[in-house]
Amino acid sequence: MIRLQFIYLFAGVFLAWGAVAALRRARWTSGLFWGLLAVAFLAGEKLNPAALGGLVLVLAVLAALGLGSAKPREPEATRLGGALLVPALLIPALTLVGVLGLKNVSFAGRALLEPANATLVSLGLACAGALVAALAITRRGPVEAATEGSRLLDAIGWAALLPLLLATLGSVFSACGVGQAVATLVRSVVPMDSRLVAVLAYGLGMALLTAIMGNAFAAFPVMTAGVALPLLVKVHGAHPAVVGAIGMLTGYCGTLLTPMAANFNIVPAALLELKDPNGVIKAQVPTALCLLCVNLALMYFLAFL
Amino acid sequence: MKPLLGILVVILGFAFKVNPVLVVAVAAVVTGWAAGLPVVKLLAVIGSAFLKNRFLLLFVLTLPVIGLLERHGLKEEVQGRVARLKAATAGRLLLLYLLLRQVASALGLTSLCGHPQTVRPLLAPMVEAAAQRSRGPLQPATLERLRALAAATDNVGLFFGEDIFVAFGGVLLVQSFFRDQNIPLEPFQIALWGIPTAVAAFLIHGFRLWRLDRKLADPKEMP
Repeated sequence: MIRLQFIYLFAGVFLAWGAVAALRRARWTSGLFWGLLAVAFLAGEKLNPAALGGLVLVLAVLAALGLGSAKPREPEATRLGGALLVPALLIPALTLVGVLGLKNVSFAGRALLEPANATLVSLGLACAGALVAALAITRRGPVEAATEGSRLLDAIGWAALLPLLLATLGSVFSACGVGQAVATLVRSVVPMDSRLVAVLAYGLGMALLTAIMGNAFAAFPVMTAGVALPLLVKVHGAHPAVVGAIGMLTGYCGTLLTPMAANFNIVPAALLELKDPNGVIKAQVPTALCLLCVNLALMYFLAFL
Repeated sequence: MKPLLGILVVILGFAFKVNPVLVVAVAAVVTGWAAGLPVVKLLAVIGSAFLKNRFLLLFVLTLPVIGLLERHGLKEEVQGRVARLKAATAGRLLLLYLLLRQVASALGLTSLCGHPQTVRPLLAPMVEAAAQRSRGPLQPATLERLRALAAATDNVGLFFGEDIFVAFGGVLLVQSFFRDQNIPLEPFQIALWGIPTAVAAFLIHGFRLWRLDRKLADPKEMP
């Protein structure tokens, strides 16, 4: 069975190469940063959780010290034509094959792909397959691919770590009861005897808490248990399926507006080498605000049918 | 209200533009301290959460492929192809991508596209090439706005497509939440009520993309 663990090792080896490439250019902070991250990927399970937590905090300090970045290189003049598109399109195509075709394949009674993580394993294998194709088409060795990849990794820099750290912050928040405190605050501030006010409090609360936590999944149980269930469903008789579905999507409008949702908003800005780290958020503001209003209206008109 | 100190750190940190990685790490430490969590326990919460969420970094696996292809002129190849297609304008390309992304996500195929695998190597160069074909060379700030819009379009398509898929984690989260409160719901019902928002998202964002070509035609609006 191909486990997610195996894909993590694959990523760990690449990160370790990124560390070596940075150290060879005498960029010590970067080298240490990618090296420690590689350790977390290669040996994460074997470390004591508290030691791993300490390592995460060291990574954050290194990122804050400034990683710097390598200069981009101009593409080579050789023209390889349309063949170059093949490996790029192979990543989504092979992922699709894995998700749809290999998910239920088993070998000697054991599933080929780890069932719980079939999509991520498929993505990892698709990257490996596309890499083989890219090496064949460009007639280069894996070392050159790793070096070019580490250049991109350098361009992304600390933003790569942010989604992981935010997920971590979410766990600390829930271990410390932050969500409940927010729900209590909303209930104590807003008068809830009218339907409209209750809908507004829940919808805007979902968007706001999602923006703060960076994740609608983290905000949903808190706001729904704190505001939607006791007021909208129990007092005003709203339909739970409508409240749940539209409530979650109202949270997504908050996701479009916040740097806390780093993997959607900050990492792409780094990946596209935008000067403004908030460029993607700015491009999303008009859509997010219009859709937020539409969602509030939809919830108000559909939940009480 | 002590648990909320961490949120205050986040808001202040972002307001004063401190490095976000540092802000988040400090917020975690402050929250744990305010809640009276012992240091070792806090570090263990951070460590286990990190371990569980490592998959968020798996996008780095696309980088060797994309890096190697870009070094050999992938971007130029994509742009050359789009520049020959007269019908391909920046707005129409983005609109088509929005539709494809939303439909694929609604079918559960969320990892088919994404910022590292499709936006950087394919979509963003296509949109830039199409805009430059119709308008001639554009200012760097305008190119940056186009690239940001390409990333935004990927997000909108993903977010407001995936919630229609019955086996999507978000739908199952809503279902399990209400089941725990003794309110049984079918995943199908929840996915169904996601459809009005999905349609609205396509209309709103699609309208902005449709207007993009007109904005691009006016050098005063997009230099």
